[in-house]
Amino acid sequence: MEVLHQVLQQLINGISLGSIYALIALGYTMIYGIIKLINFAHGDIYMVGAYIGFFAITQVHLPIVPSLLISLVVTGALGMLVERLAYKPLRHAPRISVLITAIGVSFFLEYTTMYFVSPTPRTFPAMFGDVAVTIDSLGGIVINGQQMLILGITAVLMVILTYIVQRTKTGKAMRAASFDTETAELMGINSDRIISITFGIGSALAAVAGVLVGIYYNSIDPLMGIMPGLKAFVAAVLGGIGILPGAVVGGLILGVVEAFVSGFISSTFRDAAAFAILILVLLVRPTGIFGKNTKEKV
Amino acid sequence: MNFSKQSLKLASVFIGTMLMGGVLAGCGSQSDSNEIKVGANFEMTGNVANYGSATLDGLKLAIDEINDAGGVDGKKITLVTADNKSEASEAVNAATKLISDDKVSVLVGPAVTANVIAESQVATDNKVPIIAPDATSPDVTVENGKVKPFVFRSCFIDPQQGTVMAKFASENLKAKTAVIYVDNSTDYSKSLGKVFKEKFEAAGGKVVMEEAFLAKDQDFKATLTKIKTANADVIFVPAYYEEVGKIVKQARELGITSPILGTDGWDDSKVTDIAGADALNNTYFSTHYSDKDESVKPFVEAFQKKYGHMPNVFAALGYDAGKMLADAIKRAGSADPEKIQKALEETKDLKVGTGTITMDKNHNPIKQAVILENKNGDRVMVAKIMPEE
Amino acid sequence: MKYLRKNDLIVLALSLVLFAVLQGLISGRVLSSFWQLNLLIIGINIILSASLNLINGYTGQFSLGHAGFMAVGAYVGVVLTTNFHVPFGLALIAGGIAAGCLGFLVGIPTLRLRGDYLAIATLGLGEIIRIVIMNIQYVGGAAGFKGIPHNTTFAWVFFIMLFTLFFIKNFVNSNHGRACLAIRENEIAAESMGVNTTKYKVMAFTIGAAFAGVAGGLFAHCFYIISPSSFTFMQTFNYLIMVVMGGLGSITGSIAGAFVVTFISAALASWPEFRMIIYAIALILLMFYRPQGLFGYMELTNMGIFRRIFKKGGTPHE
Repeated sequence: MEVLHQVLQQLINGISLGSIYALIALGYTMIYGIIKLINFAHGDIYMVGAYIGFFAITQVHLPIVPSLLISLVVTGALGMLVERLAYKPLRHAPRISVLITAIGVSFFLEYTTMYFVSPTPRTFPAMFGDVAVTIDSLGGIVINGQQMLILGITAVLMVILTYIVQRTKTGKAMRAASFDTETAELMGINSDRIISITFGIGSALAAVAGVLVGIYYNSIDPLMGIMPGLKAFVAAVLGGIGILPGAVVGGLILGVVEAFVSGFISSTFRDAAAFAILILVLLVRPTGIFGKNTKEKV
Repeated sequence: MNFSKQSLKLASVFIGTMLMGGVLAGCGSQSDSNEIKVGANFEMTGNVANYGSATLDGLKLAIDEINDAGGVDGKKITLVTADNKSEASEAVNAATKLISDDKVSVLVGPAVTANVIAESQVATDNKVPIIAPDATSPDVTVENGKVKPFVFRSCFIDPQQGTVMAKFASENLKAKTAVIYVDNSTDYSKSLGKVFKEKFEAAGGKVVMEEAFLAKDQDFKATLTKIKTANADVIFVPAYYEEVGKIVKQARELGITSPILGTDGWDDSKVTDIAGADALNNTYFSTHYSDKDESVKPFVEAFQKKYGHMPNVFAALGYDAGKMLADAIKRAGSADPEKIQKALEETKDLKVGTGTITMDKNHNPIKQAVILENKNGDRVMVAKIMPEE
Repeated sequence: MKYLRKNDLIVLALSLVLFAVLQGLISGRVLSSFWQLNLLIIGINIILSASLNLINGYTGQFSLGHAGFMAVGAYVGVVLTTNFHVPFGLALIAGGIAAGCLGFLVGIPTLRLRGDYLAIATLGLGEIIRIVIMNIQYVGGAAGFKGIPHNTTFAWVFFIMLFTLFFIKNFVNSNHGRACLAIRENEIAAESMGVNTTKYKVMAFTIGAAFAGVAGGLFAHCFYIISPSSFTFMQTFNYLIMVVMGGLGSITGSIAGAFVVTFISAALASWPEFRMIIYAIALILLMFYRPQGLFGYMELTNMGIFRRIFKKGGTPHE
């Protein structure tokens, strides 16, 4: 009973952590899918999203939903701006130069933010923390309001995203551009516009994750995006980079693995375990869990 | 591949400009006899930038106060800052720059123990004294049983705090069992955990579980779920405020009700902001001062006036370091690093922001410690402990 | 082959002159100790960027695990010198061998991966190495290994750097090196031409890792203390930036990249608040104006006036 209780509690801990990874990973994977860029600045976009939400709540005194929407819109616009200014001029440059530019953008966002808000962490006001469900029949497992909020919002966003990608015209264009940009352009798709929209949506998702993390852990700082950004990338690759459901599954697996390793082995090995799982999966399936093995032709 | 002559030119002009810049940067600093240069080597970017910059804020306040009061013997103190990117190798680099290029008389910083230890060799080789404001590990000033002549600090050391908290747990809280949850990425936390375990078990208690996390972790619930099963009388978390706030919050969310104990790393109002006043009830920590203390008020008020928020422990210790160095420069009567080193050794009954300090033979200040209890968002002093000789 | 030898001699002679000048500046105390230290760092960074270039630039395998191999070399080196009083040179070699062996062992399975999958897998490997070191109490764990003798001198760095550069240059110009270049240009085509791609990929990876290990040893003996936090993936990014900034597949580029990056960082030390912001902007602008890096695929020996001195001493891909 004791062990079962621990396993279930760790599962809940892991899933709420994993949903955050999943939200960030979705943006990562969308952007990768369309321009094959590992956008290392994505974690920092998430950080900026958290700060915008923070200022909307504490300085403008808005309630949570409008704050979330403001952060979503502003950060989405920031993502598009970054794409327009930093990545678009390099559309035909070697991929690695774009990657270095992404690292540059990442430093720029981190340290410009640090300059303006100081490196001291900021704290979100407490929200939903008191709402908690304790399931006594299972030995007192606790699920609190914030965890439910995170799960709920992640699920809703997943549905909306799937709808956009599968059912709308823009989504169809996105899929086409991601499959073959040149052919898509020949078919009359404005690929620049589609890439821009993809950055907007991806960044908006990261902003939501940022605000949710702010509410869940109560504290944000200018370098908060580095590790989750990397983890989200790992999650995206784990699921098969470029594939939307892959990002979600990858994020959840990663969250659960981390919770179990911290809970049953030691949290100092948590990150090592996350990377080890990734490498093992890649050795068996070199393109991730849902990745398609495309034959390369000469 | 076509490499045009023009771009070659561009590249060489680029490199040439950089070289020129370096030469200029190298010659930039001529010492002025009307100022005394103090080097501040702090974590301004990177992982622990928040600790480094808070200490620097406190130090700046102290220097401003000294200069506004006319400086030391009519000479102004000029602070030269350098960033060590929160990395040991960069701390050496920054210290070397401050000593060789800026020709500072004394160094302050860095905040983190490992970075001070890295820096100390450079300072010793060049005979420039260091004052480490926040590094509490004994190894900072003593190496293989020998005192490092040029390294000083303005805070108490880990064994003192660990002992105080172990005694408090077993005597005041009557705890029989304890869980120790340390930050494995800092010497500070690890050595406090060790001292606590030793003293707590010597007093008849039992440490039933030892767990670790890493700085910058966000999610502690997995380990806390495990800690909950131990059902210990107290949980000892010697760590810094950012993680502490999250640990206390998440522990209470999971239904852990035992008292949580900590050390001076907890001393920041952020802990209350992050954890919330309710969660913080029934937690105790040792630190250097209580902000309710009359003698500390002037510092707290001056800090609030300058920066618009309450000082944390890092800022307070940075301030103390500033006062300590001004006193030493005054008694040395010169900007000569070796004279300042002698003066620092003789620091006695000096009033600083957080109390009174006297330097002992190991270059550690003899300083009071206090234990504060968090009670409904406020801090109540429960004990004031003078160090044992 | 004769002209190559002649060119080598010219370069060697020029290098010795450069060494004499720099050593003179150091001994004569013309350079402040800050710039002396940065000279060491530049040298070490050149070894690291050139060895990473061998993997990423010449063989085209996107590896992000360099800091991990550097960490292995650093820790093996400091344990040998500090705890067992092994001579410095031997400790460096041992560190290099240890890193090389590890590179060989992990290279065999992971180098089957391609492109970004390889990148994230090697990044993960580097992090795993770092986390394992962090959990070994014998070497100080996360808090770091202290009391390291300060053995790294300019002469050590300079001559090891010179050896590394010559080794990599000769390797690239050998049959093996050409096989590596073929893999970079098109792996499948190379394979169908009879190149044992796995063998050459692992070979380049092992050599790169070994040099990273030696550089790690030099790095560790500069700073009295090393901690796992000096070997994070951000550090690998730093070397990657040097390689790309200089030009993938150009040794001259690696030298220039290491020089420029270390230099910017040192020269901006007096403006700590803006250092990273300026660095970031410089990086982005450089990629705009020279996406192929400062030198592209070119070597100094093939350019302009130098061409007349080094007749025909070209790199194979001109």
